[in-house]
Formats: sequence, structure tokens, C-alpha cells
Amino acid sequence: MDRTTLDLWVGIFVAIGVAALFGLAMKVGNLTSSKIGPTYTVTAAFDNVGSLKPHAPIKSAGVVVGRVDNIVFNSETYEAIVTLNIDERYAFPVDTFANIYTAGLLGEQYIGLEAGGDEVVLKNGDKIDKTQDAIVLEKMISQFLFNKASETEAKADVKAAPPVGVELDSLK
Amino acid sequence: MTSNIVEIDNLSFGYKGRLLHKGINMVFPRGKVVAIMGGSGSGKTTLLRLIGGQIKPSHGEVRVDGDVVHKQDREGIYTLRRKMGMLFQHGALFTDLSVFDNVAFPMRELTDLPEAMIRDLVLMKLNAVGLRGAHQFMPTELSGGMARRVALARAIALDPAIIMYDEPFAGLDPISMGVICALIRSLNDALGATSIIVSHDVKETFLIADYVYFVANGEVAAEGTPEDLMQSKLPFVHQFVHGDKDGPVPFHYPAGDYRSELLQASSGQKG
Amino acid sequence: MMKSKLMLSMLHHLRGMGHRMIERTWRLGAGARLFFLAIVYSGESFKRFHLTLREIYFTGVMSLLIIIVSAFFVGMVLALQGYNTLQKYGSSEAIGVLVALALVRELGPVVTALLFAGRAGTAITAEIGLMKTTEQLSAMEMMAVNPIARVVAPRFWAGVISMPILASIFSMVGILGGYLVAVPLIGVDDGAFWSQMQANVDFSADIVNGVIKSLVFGVVCTMIALFEGFDAPPTAEGVSRATTRTVVISSLTVLGLDFILTSFMLVV
Repeated sequence: MDRTTLDLWVGIFVAIGVAALFGLAMKVGNLTSSKIGPTYTVTAAFDNVGSLKPHAPIKSAGVVVGRVDNIVFNSETYEAIVTLNIDERYAFPVDTFANIYTAGLLGEQYIGLEAGGDEVVLKNGDKIDKTQDAIVLEKMISQFLFNKASETEAKADVKAAPPVGVELDSLK
Repeated sequence: MTSNIVEIDNLSFGYKGRLLHKGINMVFPRGKVVAIMGGSGSGKTTLLRLIGGQIKPSHGEVRVDGDVVHKQDREGIYTLRRKMGMLFQHGALFTDLSVFDNVAFPMRELTDLPEAMIRDLVLMKLNAVGLRGAHQFMPTELSGGMARRVALARAIALDPAIIMYDEPFAGLDPISMGVICALIRSLNDALGATSIIVSHDVKETFLIADYVYFVANGEVAAEGTPEDLMQSKLPFVHQFVHGDKDGPVPFHYPAGDYRSELLQASSGQKG
Repeated sequence: MMKSKLMLSMLHHLRGMGHRMIERTWRLGAGARLFFLAIVYSGESFKRFHLTLREIYFTGVMSLLIIIVSAFFVGMVLALQGYNTLQKYGSSEAIGVLVALALVRELGPVVTALLFAGRAGTAITAEIGLMKTTEQLSAMEMMAVNPIARVVAPRFWAGVISMPILASIFSMVGILGGYLVAVPLIGVDDGAFWSQMQANVDFSADIVNGVIKSLVFGVVCTMIALFEGFDAPPTAEGVSRATTRTVVISSLTVLGLDFILTSFMLVV
């Protein structure tokens, strides 16, 4: 084996390897989608974050606009304080809603931002006041069963039974 | 500077309590061809390994150029080994390198010579053993005699002061044997080196050696010039030199009584 | 009478077991020392990088074919099996995630290491064992050339460099194999295949951890192969046994280490 052809083969080998790793990072992994530009940080308090985790996406109108930085428990208010990193390119009014949604029935949880109508926008260090908790499946089912039971008891008052979703969502 | 390049002084060596050498004394004067002879398993090759510092003696010492071998650190031993060239029994050529690269190996590893000069030196060394035309072959394409000549060219690649030969004649046809024989003598004289030959081939060794040591039972049994030893009346030397079947080295390995052992075996089968 | 015979044979077995334990501990220590020396004397293999390059050719490039072919089939089988189960739950789009995670996290590094042990590891052991048998290593020593710097270190680094490259290639080719089965053959949506995969394969948690695993396997497999070669008795039988041991010990070590590494990675 001539030394130069050997070098060539090793070069090809390494190039294929780097290409494979690059392909894994870009095409298979989430390196591209997790790449967001400079961010600003806001916080939001939730009564219940469900199974929301750090690095979970923050979406608005279905577009990823940021990532959850961390989640801590506040022992004075008994709330979960979630820190959000939002891409600097996107500004949101101060009265923006932060909701915890689930992707599909059993998928991962993410934060959805619904823009409000205020003129003033959120700045670094601000707090989002309007939040909506994660839906806890067990709660929803027991609520539903409870409602069904009360429905059958008070047949006359069927129309008064509120839709499940509204009952659960403890709007602040 | 002493006149002896290698001195073995009261050397003992053994594995696990069993001594292979018991107080051996030998001297190897500069410019001479000295042979160490003895039967198989008498520890001749081990002596070469002790001179090369690959193993350490139990007692006594080996001095190369005045330096005690086993007291050197790794660097010191490597410095001493650069003065030595060794021809292994089967050549020990690097099978993944061509003949040329094998001879060039010590030069490339141990010197900073430019490639053009290495090329000239390699061709000179190969020419000295008559194999310049075979430089592009791989070791597997060579005959046993040719492989040993290439290994010899590799051993003298850096013009060593001491050349050690481990069974240089073993397993060669008579012509190759004659070639190697002549090469050992001529290279020794041309390089002004000292040669140490370990062998049990009496005829060839006596032809080229200036001085011969006989090793038996871990001791130097006899020493002298080949002429002296041919005339020697010592029973062991006589047996070795003339190849007698029985003598001080018995034909039978030590065993119990023949008759009783046979009887015992047959009674054992019955029971 | 019978009782004492039983006792004797038990004692005999016990002694044999103790003997083997000591032997194994000794080999472990000797292997660790060789590893240490290979690190200490590895300057040479970087100063004269063509030595290492040559070994990368023999360990890495020569293993390329078996790696690519195996990866392709492993990926295809994963997709077939995954589809079979996933479609029962109506989530056959998740097939991309399943194939990618299985390959990147586990099968890529582990199967590559197993194939490496069988292809390159045995070659290293046999080569060094033969070099020892034919006194090539002794000859090198007598020429004042350190065999650890000249023979062991370049092969060690070549193995350590080749393994993650081979594992990455294995994972990527496997995913392509899975893609071929899932999308054109079964008819899973092309976009869903890739987007689900991207959403669920994390770069640092999955891909980087896979590379770390294969690096560790590279060190272990190469070291075992080198040590077995060095430790082989200088006979034909000794070398053949050492070659077998390389495969057996490498495979068991890789599988055991994989469990340990995985549990570390899942906790952290």
C-alpha cells in the first residue's frame, strides 16, 4: 500500500465520519431547532406545571419562540416559578397569556404564549401575570365523572352543567 | 578503556529458584569472534539476553564497555543497545515492512538522517550481504537463508561495536550456511566489531571463531581456541565436538529403574 | 472414604478458583500498566503521525464495509419491527424517533464496538502475538526502539480515533436504512419521519452521549486487543487462544460497561 493512497483512504474515512456526525446533529438531532438567537428572560408563576421540563419549547401561534430555562418552587406562594428565555426578535405585550399545553393527547408539554392587546411590551426580568396551568388528566377525569353524577341527580338542571374545560381552567 | 568490550563476571541467573547459570565468567576482547557453545537448553541465548539487558542477573554482573548493564535505567540500556546489533535465530524481520524498510528501520527510528542518505546506506548494507537486488521484496517472499542475510544487514545498519548472533546456522542449507559463515567473519573484520556467536554447530563455529566457551550445567565447562578444543581430552568437550551418542551428557533422561517401572505399569492396569 | 474424597475434590476446585482469581487480577493489573505506558509513550505516535495514520487505515478504514452493511440491515430491521408495534397504537410516524434513538443511544456504539472487536481487535491481537512469537518485538527492543511507543501507542490511538467515527457512521447509515423501509416501503409520511425525530432526539443527551460511549468502547476494545496480543504465549496455539479471548472479553466488557454508562447518563 502506497503511503499517499493510504492517506487518501484515511482522509475519506474521517470525512465520512464527520459527515455522519454532522448529519446526526443537524438532520436527526434538535441542534438546529434549539438554536435560537439572543434571548431575554421573563418569569411566570403557575399553580401547577404538570410535567413541564427545562428546555421545553415556548410556542406562539405554533412557532417556537423560546425555551424554558428552569423551574423552581416558591415556598412562600406555593407556586412554580418558570423562567422563560424568549428570542429577542419577538416582542410580546405585557398582558400576554402563558398557557401550558400538551402536544397531542400524551405528548410532551410546552408553553404557549397568546399575545394580549397592551401597547407596552415585556422586557428582560418582567413577570407574566396571566397564566394557565397544565391540564392534569386525573383531575379532568374525576371532574368529568363528578359532573356526570351530579347531572343524573339533578336532571332538571342539565344546561347549567358547565363544559369540562372551563370548569378546570382556573383563570387568574 | 579496557581491551575487553564485554565482560561477564561471576554471573548467576535463574527462574523461580532454579539456577540456569552458576557463576559464569567470560571476556570478549575487541575485534574478535567469540563463540558460546553448548547443548540445547544450556542457557546460551539467555546469556545474549543478559548482555542486551533484556533480563536481569540474580548475582554477578555483565559489563559492556565498562558499564554494568543491569544497573542502567531505561535510557542507559538503550544507549548501550545502540552499540549492539543482534541477529535473531529466525531473523525476526518485520513482516509488514519490505526488505528495504526493514534495514532502514533502525536508521529511521534512531537517527535523523535525511531519506536520501538512508537510501544509500541501506543499499550499501544490502550490498554487503549480497541482496541489493532483493530490496523491494517482502520478508515472506524470501528463503530462510536470504531472510537471515537481510536480518544481518539490519543488525549492522548502524555499524555496531558488538554483533550478537543467536544460532546463525540453525536450519540452513549448506550453501547458505557457508555464506553466513563467511559474512560473519568478513563483516567483523571490516567493521572492526566484536562478534558473539551462540551456536551448537561445531564445524562452522570452529571455522570462524577466535575463541570458544563451552557451557554445560550452568557453568563454563571448557574454553580455548578451536584448535585446543579439538584436541581436548575433557569427556564433555570430546562428546560435543565429535557428536558421540553417550557420554557425560547421558542418552537417557534421569528415570527410575526400567524393569520395576514396566512391572508397575502392567500391575496398575490389572487393578 | 467417600466423604474425604468429596472433600478433596472440593478443595481442589476451591484452589483452582482461587488460582484463576489471582491470575485474572494479575492480568487486570498488567493490562492497566500497559494502558498507562501506552499513554506515557504516545508522544511518538503524534510526532510521527503517519504511524498512527497507517493504523487508522487498518483498524478504521478496513472496518468500514462491515460497519456500513451491518448498520444498513440493523436500521431496516428496526424500522420493520418498530412499525409492526407502533401501528397498533396508531403512531407509526414515531418510527423515525424509535429508529434514531435506538441507534444513536445504544445500537450505534454497542454494535460497532462488537463488530470492531471481531474485525479490528482480533487483527491487532493476532498481529502483535505473531510479532512476539517471531521475536520481532525482542528485535525491536534490542535495537533500542521501545515497542510500546512504536507498536502499542499508534494502534491504541488509531482505535480510539476510529471507534467514534465508525459509530457515527453506523448510526447515520442505520437511520438511512430505517428511512428506506419506513418511507418508500411502508409509506410513513416523509416529513413526519424527520420532524418527529428532530423533536425527540436531543443533541447533548443522545448524540453526544453516544459519542462518549463509543470513545470509552474504543479505549477498552483496543486496549484489550493490544494486551491479549502482548500477553499471548509465543506459540501458534497461544496466539489463537488470545485472539478468541479478545473477542469474548471485549464483547462482555462492552455490554457490561454499556449498562454502567447508560445508568450514569440517565441519572445525570
